[in-house]
Amino acid sequence: MNLTLKIWRQKGPQDKGKMVDYKVSEISEHMSFLEMMDVLNEQLVNSGEEPVAFDHDCREGICGMCSLHINGEAHGPDRGITTCQLHMRMFKDGDTITIEPWRAKAFPVIKDLVVDRTAFERIQQAGGYISVNTSGNTQDANSIPIPKHAADEAMDAAACIGCGACVASCKNSSAMLFVGAKVSQFALLPQGRVEATDRVKNMVAQMDLEGFGNCTNTGACEVECPKGITLENIARMNRELVKANLIKF
Amino acid sequence: MSVLDSKVPEGPIKDKWTTYKDKINLVNPANKRHIDIIVVGTGLAGGSAAATLAELGYNVKAFAYQDSPRRAHSIAAQGGINAAKNYMGDGDSVYRLFYDTVKGGDYRSREANVYRLAEVSANIIDQCVAQGVPFARDYGGLLDNRSFGGVLVSRTFYAKGQTGQQLLLGCYSAMNRQIARGKIDMYNRHEMLDVVKIDGKARGIIARNLITGELERHSAHAVVIATGGYGNVYFLSTNAMGSNATAAWKIHKKGAFFANPCFTQIHPTCIPRSGDYQSKLTLMSESLRNDGRIWVPAKLEDAKAIQQGKLKPTQIAEEDRDYYLERRYPAFGNLVPRDVASRAAKERCDAGYGVNATGEAVYLDFAAAIERYGKEQAKIHGITNASKEKLTELGEAVIEAKYGNLFQMYEKIVDENPYKTPMMIYPATHYTMGGIWVDYNLMTTVPGLYCIGEANFSDHGANRLGASALMQGLADGYFVLPYTIGDYLSDDIRTGAIPTDSKEFEETEKEVRERIDFFLNNNGTKSVDHFHKRLGKVMWDKVGMSRNAKGLKEAMAEIKQIREEFWKDVKVPGGANEMNPELEKAGRVADFLELGELFAKDALIREESCGGHFREESVEMDGEQEGEAKRNDKDYAFVSAWEYKGEPGDAVLHKEQLEFKDIELKQRSYK
Repeated sequence: MNLTLKIWRQKGPQDKGKMVDYKVSEISEHMSFLEMMDVLNEQLVNSGEEPVAFDHDCREGICGMCSLHINGEAHGPDRGITTCQLHMRMFKDGDTITIEPWRAKAFPVIKDLVVDRTAFERIQQAGGYISVNTSGNTQDANSIPIPKHAADEAMDAAACIGCGACVASCKNSSAMLFVGAKVSQFALLPQGRVEATDRVKNMVAQMDLEGFGNCTNTGACEVECPKGITLENIARMNRELVKANLIKF
Repeated sequence: MSVLDSKVPEGPIKDKWTTYKDKINLVNPANKRHIDIIVVGTGLAGGSAAATLAELGYNVKAFAYQDSPRRAHSIAAQGGINAAKNYMGDGDSVYRLFYDTVKGGDYRSREANVYRLAEVSANIIDQCVAQGVPFARDYGGLLDNRSFGGVLVSRTFYAKGQTGQQLLLGCYSAMNRQIARGKIDMYNRHEMLDVVKIDGKARGIIARNLITGELERHSAHAVVIATGGYGNVYFLSTNAMGSNATAAWKIHKKGAFFANPCFTQIHPTCIPRSGDYQSKLTLMSESLRNDGRIWVPAKLEDAKAIQQGKLKPTQIAEEDRDYYLERRYPAFGNLVPRDVASRAAKERCDAGYGVNATGEAVYLDFAAAIERYGKEQAKIHGITNASKEKLTELGEAVIEAKYGNLFQMYEKIVDENPYKTPMMIYPATHYTMGGIWVDYNLMTTVPGLYCIGEANFSDHGANRLGASALMQGLADGYFVLPYTIGDYLSDDIRTGAIPTDSKEFEETEKEVRERIDFFLNNNGTKSVDHFHKRLGKVMWDKVGMSRNAKGLKEAMAEIKQIREEFWKDVKVPGGANEMNPELEKAGRVADFLELGELFAKDALIREESCGGHFREESVEMDGEQEGEAKRNDKDYAFVSAWEYKGEPGDAVLHKEQLEFKDIELKQRSYK
């Protein structure tokens, strides 16, 4: 198929940036979206132009590196997948596809479609861990039984890949799905309960400091999340935060 | 006399590690504060090492090329992690895990290292649970296990199909705790481009800031390389797009020997390639072989009809299917080790029985498992006289709970529903057992330079068993390196900070800068990918699943030729002082073009078949094992460790003779 691409080009953080049109032809429906981008870049390199910078790595939907707002949707029109798993069979010959970076104040553009997501790093550093040393002298793994449903729910929350689609999809640029997922994972496990109070307070405080907006229960994040992280996690985080603010330790 | 000293401690294998730990030199906590360690790569090995070294009190500088340590390719590991816990009570033990790993590696790994790995494996699970890793559990709340290829017990712990992700996030959280305390300085979007040696010791690195393009000097008392494997030398592999061998190759050029480069794992269950534009291959976890049965049509005419799209797999009658793994290896069936399964698939496809348009695919069929689970569920729920549809529905629910994410991934890529029609799979490059040579301390042949995880060669011999990569990465980083590196650093307590204005730093930075400038001013006509794809084709065709002397010699010559063309004609747009992904790729492919030649050379001198390395000249000619790989212990029970001498073809071979005192050397049989 032949396509027209409208792509955000921006040389650097200080540059103004603009949408630029490109044409690609003979795109197979079996290609992944990023393979289509490879074709474009090969074309640009061969014609002496600078290729489009975009983040990507594992290309199997797990590393969370790829981003892209495609036709106004984070990770494009398909559901439950990342951009690297999106296939061209979702498009038709002659389509015009708009490709933009994540748009959020807390995710400044570095170049073209690449944004800076280190705000997520700082939120994790504020409390996204259990304070246990890797001495190898912890207790036996089976010494605390964990109900299967709790372990499964913790796993569902832990499936977050930190891509930032939730922020990009939210009209408030809120990071509450991301933070809620991490808070939930640990809140559901006995190992995580010990520090639950401080964790939720510190992570939420850092989230606010980074300039992410608040949650107004629209649910766009849940729809666009490639890993099916649910709004329940935001609710759980809010409960945890209320509890944390009520008790002393 | 070999220049290689493995430094394996004396004494019985069961006591080596304990005795070793009792006798090494320690660095006291106050002195650790004055010692800096650089860790390059933040996957399971590098991340766990960085976190643990920082907890111990060292000042750690960690480097990752992605925008976060959480994105390292360890995250893509699906199936699980082995540990000798024997929670299932099925006869597992440290010795058995050790034995399985050595046997699975086709007797080309170092016994003492493997035993230590098995010994610390149980600790890993304890550690990860304490960190909040949500492993799968049974209804009693205890940890669940499953089985993997090449073993007869269930010792694999898992977190759905995302075990690597969960373990890496565990590591990442441990790192975050130390980053927050200021004990780890994290350098995201940085790439190490060379190591700096002072007085023969590794004392720092030159790294490029991938956002600004700036070259930075970083010094330390020791440098740890944890940058993963070199599978992308094939262009197409299950590795991430950015996975590269540059750090490993650079240290090789500065004196670290490169061991067993030809030992590469071609994984049997990957989604077959669909066209020339393909940028990578996707793995379908080995855990699927617990429930999936692998087959091709028994009749050549059926295979042809399928290839032409005239027949569907579901139309082939049971008696017309060839479950070739079950036929050839009745004891292990579909759970033979990866190298065996891959070669068997290639054998059938080469004979014309492949099942897609390219003829390079076999079926992985879940119909039998769905039926079996359906009946089991019907019984559990007290449903009598369930219809076939009901049984299928019940069975599919079980399969979905176990492998749902993998099935979804398959459907998105191939556009077929694997619950209803068998998956198509074909082998693809997945893991490299070879890597930088290290001694028992995980130190390379350069003092103060360590190498851990997939980047080193030590534990998997000629073939890695499933769910053992995660185990090795974490064992090295959490439990082995933190001890061994202390012994070395105990000499450095009075050294003080290493200055970065020395002539060694100056010269190394200059070399790095000259290479970058060369690429940008080369004004060639072909893209980096053009050369990478050509290299990959030579590697796959001549240094792939099946190798012979003629092909390997040709490969060496062809790779050299491509390399020469690359330097003459590569075109790299953009500038040095900005984010420039093409420039990053150029540096990595330049290194692959050298490594590929050494790889072929190593395959050429190893005139035996073992593990993932199959030489067509070395095959059993008769008896029960007819047609199987023939190992030659008399002449090749050694590690080949290559010393760099200017050109990859001129590398000098050093042999580390392997001794098997605790395991009897014998033909691997999975029949």
